[in-house]
Amino acid sequence: MQRDLHARGQATMDRVVQDGVQRVCTESNDRPPAELAKRLEADQMKTIAFPQGNLIGDWKNGERIAQDGRGLQWTDKPGAPGGGSCYNCHQLSPKEASFGTIGPSLSRFGAIRGNGPEIQKYVYGKIFNAKAYNLCSQMPRLGYSGTLTEEQIKDLVGLLLDPASPVNQ
Amino acid sequence: MAGPMKMRATVAGGNTDVRVLMTHPMTTGQGGQALYFIQNVTVKHNGRTVIESEISQAVSRNPVFSFRLKGGAKGDTIEVSWLDNKGETNKIEAAVA
Amino acid sequence: MREIQRYRQMVSEDSPAELFEVEGEALWKKPQGPKQASLEKCDLGLGPGVLKGAYAQLPRYFKDADRVMDLETRLLHCMMALQGRSREEATQRVFGNADRPSEMESLSAYIATQSRGMKMAPGLSHPKEKEAYELGRALYFQRTGPWDFACTSCHGEESKRIRMQALPVLLKPEQARPVVASWPAYRISTSAFITLQWRMNDCYRQMRLPEPAFGSDTTVALIHFITVTGKGEPYRGPGNKR
Repeated sequence: MQRDLHARGQATMDRVVQDGVQRVCTESNDRPPAELAKRLEADQMKTIAFPQGNLIGDWKNGERIAQDGRGLQWTDKPGAPGGGSCYNCHQLSPKEASFGTIGPSLSRFGAIRGNGPEIQKYVYGKIFNAKAYNLCSQMPRLGYSGTLTEEQIKDLVGLLLDPASPVNQ
Repeated sequence: MAGPMKMRATVAGGNTDVRVLMTHPMTTGQGGQALYFIQNVTVKHNGRTVIESEISQAVSRNPVFSFRLKGGAKGDTIEVSWLDNKGETNKIEAAVA
Repeated sequence: MREIQRYRQMVSEDSPAELFEVEGEALWKKPQGPKQASLEKCDLGLGPGVLKGAYAQLPRYFKDADRVMDLETRLLHCMMALQGRSREEATQRVFGNADRPSEMESLSAYIATQSRGMKMAPGLSHPKEKEAYELGRALYFQRTGPWDFACTSCHGEESKRIRMQALPVLLKPEQARPVVASWPAYRISTSAFITLQWRMNDCYRQMRLPEPAFGSDTTVALIHFITVTGKGEPYRGPGNKR
């Protein structure tokens, strides 16, 4: 890979260097030994800086972010705001028929689980660094990788948890 | 300058199946492109017009049309011609196989 | 099922892909480069200029290059060796668009169509062919990049889709077979012709990784791995995709 790939746009070669999580998951075929997984998940949890106070942002903006599949590709402008590509893998608003099934459906997420501080923290954390909760998850570490800002993640928390959000209708 | 057309006409079960590929940009006029599309498609069987159609810019670039004519026999002549919104035309003739 | 098969048969005849095949034939015969030679003596594995069945036995090891090559990699080799063109010039525009397909796309269409009906039989016996297979397999599982993606992230689990696009699990012969039988292909939504080198390139882009070099061992290994997994399927292409 080092020899055959080359940097283009913002996709630089440092991206091909595997970190510990990627190495463990590749070597174990995404089924790491339980002990090791727990330790590495705890490490990943340390990377998350949870903001103080209410984590429920603007769900209208959250819907836009969830629909947006841009960011970090060599065809994307470096530094330009990107999205979370959420609909690529998940069902969210019932109004959107074009959703993927790589991840579980998030339909009625907040309606089912409530929207208190505990669940807010869980959702924020999962979006920031999904590997802290499930080491070899296919879900990208959207906060950790710099794909989404704190504000954007809060807006996605809003999309999932705000009772007024289409997700919870 | 119209691009190539290709056509195949075969007889089966008392009907003639015709498939024709046309070359045309079929641009809708949106996204900065000019409005440039095939408007009329005419089909003749042994010189007699059997289909006269109007199509719109919603049809894809390089469209493929397929239709079934009642009757027909091996050796009959099928002609498909088109006229676009700029007045350009093209046509193709083939024998039914 | 019968209706979809009937539809597929309908679209495989007189498909817009034929327009690219016509262009490809012209390019195959056109003298180009400092040597002002055509590609007609290019050996795709069955002898110089032999096109019938050539696509179906790729990728394979080529002694003169001492490596495994897929169709596009081999075409590049011939452009350099027979026509005297530089790698830089010949790869300047390997992926085209609806208005102007690349040489590789048109040539791929022309050559692939001449393997129609033949069983896909990529090279399996040479040590480098086995190596390419193993490398392709390893790459398929390699999780890397800012989003931690491997091919398996999308193409690893049964019955998944990304938005509305179904994702074949290319590790399984029964899912790899229809795939290898239908590439390269005409893509209806963009009116463009797409090839496997393009697909590998575009997957890497969407995986947020740096760009793989055209015809590199990485891309060839992945293509080889998938083709071997799908071997035996009668070739139906060039195909039509959404």
